[in-house]
Amino acid sequence: MSSIKSEHIRPDLELIAGLVKDKSTVLDLGCGEGELLHKLIQEKDVQGHGVEFSDKYIYSCVNKDVPVIHADLNEGLDDYPDNSFDYVILSRTLQVVKRPDIVLKEMLRVGEKCIISLPNFGFWKIRSQLLLKGKMPVTKTLPYHWYDTPNIHLSTIKDFKQFCQNKNIKIINQIYINNDRSNKWLANLLPNCFANLAIFTIQNGT
Amino acid sequence: MNKETKNNSNSVGLVERQYFSFAESPNEMVLENGERLGPITIAYETYGKLNTNADNAILITHALSGDAHVAGYHSENDDKPGWWDFMVGSGKPFDTDKYFIICSNVLGGCMGTTGPGSINPKSGEPYNLNFPVVTIGDMVKAQKQLIDHLGVKRLMSAIGGSMGGMQALEWAIEYPEMVASVIPIATTSRLGAQGIAFNEVGRQAIFADANWKKGNYLNHDCNPAHGLVVARMLAHITYLSEESMHKKFGRRLRDRERYGYDFSSDFEVESYLRYQGESFIQRFDANTYLYITKAIDYFDLNRDYGSLENAFKNVNCKFLVISFTSDWLFTTAQSKEIVKALKINRKHVSFCEIPSKYGHDSFLLRNEDMEQMLESFLSHVYDKPKKL
Repeated sequence: MSSIKSEHIRPDLELIAGLVKDKSTVLDLGCGEGELLHKLIQEKDVQGHGVEFSDKYIYSCVNKDVPVIHADLNEGLDDYPDNSFDYVILSRTLQVVKRPDIVLKEMLRVGEKCIISLPNFGFWKIRSQLLLKGKMPVTKTLPYHWYDTPNIHLSTIKDFKQFCQNKNIKIINQIYINNDRSNKWLANLLPNCFANLAIFTIQNGT
Repeated sequence: MNKETKNNSNSVGLVERQYFSFAESPNEMVLENGERLGPITIAYETYGKLNTNADNAILITHALSGDAHVAGYHSENDDKPGWWDFMVGSGKPFDTDKYFIICSNVLGGCMGTTGPGSINPKSGEPYNLNFPVVTIGDMVKAQKQLIDHLGVKRLMSAIGGSMGGMQALEWAIEYPEMVASVIPIATTSRLGAQGIAFNEVGRQAIFADANWKKGNYLNHDCNPAHGLVVARMLAHITYLSEESMHKKFGRRLRDRERYGYDFSSDFEVESYLRYQGESFIQRFDANTYLYITKAIDYFDLNRDYGSLENAFKNVNCKFLVISFTSDWLFTTAQSKEIVKALKINRKHVSFCEIPSKYGHDSFLLRNEDMEQMLESFLSHVYDKPKKL
């Protein structure tokens, strides 16, 4: 039997898992090593699969018995009919795609609800690095340098909310995370400044 | 010969080809084209043991030039082991300590299974071109008889590369209750114009050989060897990649410093292809080459079932679809068509395009990624044979 345990997954994935209803259908875009799907399949009897670009991650998914498709998100979700999943999940990946607006539109077409987690570029540590040091920020959440980062479309929480408003996308749930637990209340009070990661559940507005 | 390999504890060692006959008159097998064929003999090999629940059987389906001899040696004097030896054995992806592995030579073949070179019981002569044109579906239908004969109710997996992948797909579609998983590797649901074109050139090379005698060469005690050599040389190029050919041969000359200014083989790649062709005719039959390439050309799930989505509507197994980056004969795009149709049907499917430089032949070569993936995929199927 598989000895893979699902207890220790990234905290944001744990929170996303909490948002998914039992026995629902899930498409996990950029599913990495399949930790989230593995947990959802094991614990919530979810039906679904992952999409992943890195072949090494594909091997890890197969090793966990998580169905996974090797594909590039930038090539779109043409293979999927409208509303084919209860949830389409994109965790910490929106900022690496070529056209986040197109990917979001596709996600909302394919899924009834979409769950997106994104690093907040408005986080105070990031702001202060740019403001005080005058250098491109490097943090735990965004550990790359300006020259090697895959993160080509970073946004703030405010940016994302505004985008949703402009595109008539309804935000039905939001969770703000701060690595520093003591500042949890601050993250909720002033998320655009004190949350380093946000999780949004969105759906098409009426 | 590498003695070490042969004595390797992971080798399945000495194996024996076995035979199973069925479809005796008047119960001949009805073929896709409506003709009846019988009796039929199938040559096969097995490795490992069928467990008491009969749920650990894996069927390996071979490609155009393959045969039932997947692993091990037929005799102490064999130079080479079976064609997928590194995959089958104790501790290997097809672990003979856990699984019961079956491979049979396809219908129409020339390695022990009834084919155009077999004796037609009605005439007492070889069938030659009187042998009916068989399809991939017919090959699988014959395999099904063998699987029943072996007492296997449900295959744990059907797996094959290239034409073997076509058979594996056919298994999933035609016998959905009899397969728990299917692994189509470097294959397609239908060949494109380019693939058919290459097959046709191969067939024309055989037709053009004066020794072919309209298919009756066995009656004339001759062999269209040259035609088959040319067919194989051409096909062999399509199994490689530009990069792998360049790396292996470049423009290197063979046994000479400068051009010969004649038509002997100057370049290494020329003599390599000639060698490939020459060794192929030692073990392969020209008419079988015609029949099997035709079966490959005819294979078209889209046509047979209206659409590919429709073809997979009732499949009831897990899929692991694999393609290789440098395979330009059975491309990743073709594998993706299969994956898309399965996804639309909400089937349990995983797909991976494995990086490899070696073209279509990649599936026959050692590849750690492929081996690891097959091993873990199969072990999950084995652990949960009932639950899908």
